[in-house]
Amino acid sequence: METLLLSHLKELTTAPGVSGYEHRVRDLIRAAWTPLTDEPHTDRLGSLWAIKHGTGAKPRPRIMLAAHMDAIGLMVSQVEGEFLRVVPIGGIDARVMPGQLVTVHGREDLPGVVAEPPAFLLPKANREGVVPLSELLVDTGLPADTLRISGLVKAGDVISFAQPPVELQNELLAAKSLDNRASVAALTVCLETLKSRPPVWDVIAVATVQEEVGLQGARASAFALHPDLAVAVDVTHGSGPASKEYADKTFPLGGGPVLGLGPNIHPGLHAALKAAADRAEMPYTVEPMPTHSGTDAYAIQIARAGIPTMVVSIPLRNMHTPVEVLSLKDVARVGRLLAEFIAGLGADFMSTLTLD
Amino acid sequence: MAKKPVRKAAPKPRRPAARLAPQRAKASARDQRPQLQPRVRPPKATASEMDLLRELCNAIAVSGDEGAVRRIVLDAIRDHVDEVRVDALGNALAVKRSKRSSQRTPRLLVAAHMDEVGFMLTGHESDGSLRFELVGGVEERTLLGKPVLVGPKRLPGVIGAAPVHLLNDDRRNAVTKVSQMRIDIGVDSADAAKRWVKMGERGGFTTEFAVVGPSLRGKALDNRLGCATLIEVLRAPAVYDFDLHAAFTVQEEVGLRGARVVGYAVDPACAFVLDCTPARDLPSSDDRENTRYNSRLGLGPAIYISDRGMISNDRLVRYLQQTADAAGLPYQFRQPGGGGTDAGAIHLAREGVPTVSVSVPGRYPHSPVMLARTEDWRNTVKLMRLALENWTPQVLKR
Repeated sequence: METLLLSHLKELTTAPGVSGYEHRVRDLIRAAWTPLTDEPHTDRLGSLWAIKHGTGAKPRPRIMLAAHMDAIGLMVSQVEGEFLRVVPIGGIDARVMPGQLVTVHGREDLPGVVAEPPAFLLPKANREGVVPLSELLVDTGLPADTLRISGLVKAGDVISFAQPPVELQNELLAAKSLDNRASVAALTVCLETLKSRPPVWDVIAVATVQEEVGLQGARASAFALHPDLAVAVDVTHGSGPASKEYADKTFPLGGGPVLGLGPNIHPGLHAALKAAADRAEMPYTVEPMPTHSGTDAYAIQIARAGIPTMVVSIPLRNMHTPVEVLSLKDVARVGRLLAEFIAGLGADFMSTLTLD
Repeated sequence: MAKKPVRKAAPKPRRPAARLAPQRAKASARDQRPQLQPRVRPPKATASEMDLLRELCNAIAVSGDEGAVRRIVLDAIRDHVDEVRVDALGNALAVKRSKRSSQRTPRLLVAAHMDEVGFMLTGHESDGSLRFELVGGVEERTLLGKPVLVGPKRLPGVIGAAPVHLLNDDRRNAVTKVSQMRIDIGVDSADAAKRWVKMGERGGFTTEFAVVGPSLRGKALDNRLGCATLIEVLRAPAVYDFDLHAAFTVQEEVGLRGARVVGYAVDPACAFVLDCTPARDLPSSDDRENTRYNSRLGLGPAIYISDRGMISNDRLVRYLQQTADAAGLPYQFRQPGGGGTDAGAIHLAREGVPTVSVSVPGRYPHSPVMLARTEDWRNTVKLMRLALENWTPQVLKR
């Protein structure tokens, strides 16, 4: 199981899928979910739905599990001689950019390097401190003629990170885009677990698009699917050597699922997930989310007439860097927790769900 | 390429070569690189030559711990030279004798440093992470958010960063000091970490060597390009009228220390130093012309006239220039100024050694990933082979 999960995660994180350009990773997810579900479907914005029909009598209640499949990246804004100027897609951390390996998705995929020009080439204001992305360049190693004449790269082409995954000790994995391919993998684990525990409810696993640029995919999917319940699965900040100062906002790797609590979250649903974790004898922690949860739940909660929503997270170190680190155990546990919760949902669950 | 200690001290660069001036004057300000075509097509690297460079680049040999590269070098040259030895500091020295080798046969030295910048592990934190200090002039701004390999078993780790989501504006714009960085190998206690890596062990970058179109991409192209060039010089079938001494040196990045003892031991008539010099040929953020590029990709081997450590021997500079001109090989003069190579130590050995450096230009030295042009490397190999084949004592006559 863990070996399969590791190779699944490596495959998912290696695939490009910058917000708005998720097709490559979507194909992989469709291939993984097709044998586990009844009807895979791609919606108008590009989100992938995979419906597993329940055993209950029609009309069956349905639960939406949302994990965004898009990743942060860059876009070419200008071809300047041998170099590319870029703009961010999503929350890029300029501190970690110089020296990163990237793939430029031009007419063909081109390997590239993010370059920080020497100080004497920068505006005076940027010579101290972190050099902003607007002053960094991407170098494909191709001469200017090749870039210009061939039209290999044009403004608007997308750039994804290319750092290969690295296995650390203690079943930790370091990779790019674990935010949020880890949660996609957790949904795969959930669907696999449900094979032996057929649920009463319809389960709709959704790999959403464009979370990193404003939760666009989740908003559209939640409207279209109109679920009775929804769980957004995402990553949260993991405690680690680089985040010691933020101990109150980070959660231990290997500590199990992190259950969100706050205005985006239905308190009854929160309690039900907690109960499921207890039934599964699984460790978990609780994350206060006092305002915007920073996840798809924020958009799903207010779809149509409102949807009871929950956030379940996987702790992750170094978020939005190409060396995001998580514990494989936590990914598997989140998948099993969701399966435990769903398998326990009776046809009358909605009538028992209360706010107080 | 060794770190220059004081960036500001670099003298104002002068125009490198008259033959570049007309093209530069015509070029637009934003695209100022001259469209200079090599006059002859550079020979391509064979698959085995490229594989050797790949092996050299992927090995980790931080200054003072060069064993991994030394082993590759020794295996590659053993069958092509008359003598091989490793000296007290770890320099790999080889001799290719002249047919009529005697005490009076002139000795020529060609040197290339094997070491690369990196870091040394200096402590274990209670949370299992590792403290480290830099060895050589690592570009500190390129460390955050990178994977690394530590210790002789090449254990993977990462240099993490607090998530940007949690930082206030000041922290987002603050360069993280190396003293604040830690290497995360995935364990959660100092005891667990000590089972994997010990204090004093070295670490380096992970980037795998790759051929990218006309370019080479990898870590430590500075100076595995020089090592690969020197290996090919030794493998050439040519027999010379002098004894050819090759030195694969240690500890260049921490003060040219290997080269110093090599210069003494070999006591050569003259010396050539092969290195990799920075190409800072990037555009400026406004429309200012970049006049301080040091060297440029695609313009051929960079011949040194002077740097922080020395003034090159003018006869050797002229000899390299004439050799390249006669063969139709492209070349460029590295802009005089800061920086330095093993030549800085070798030219002061004993009573002095006429010395010159030749570098393959490379972008982003001392970072996790460098870029260089295959044709610049191949033209450097060709230039060095020709320079040795045609060398006579007359070259040094005043």
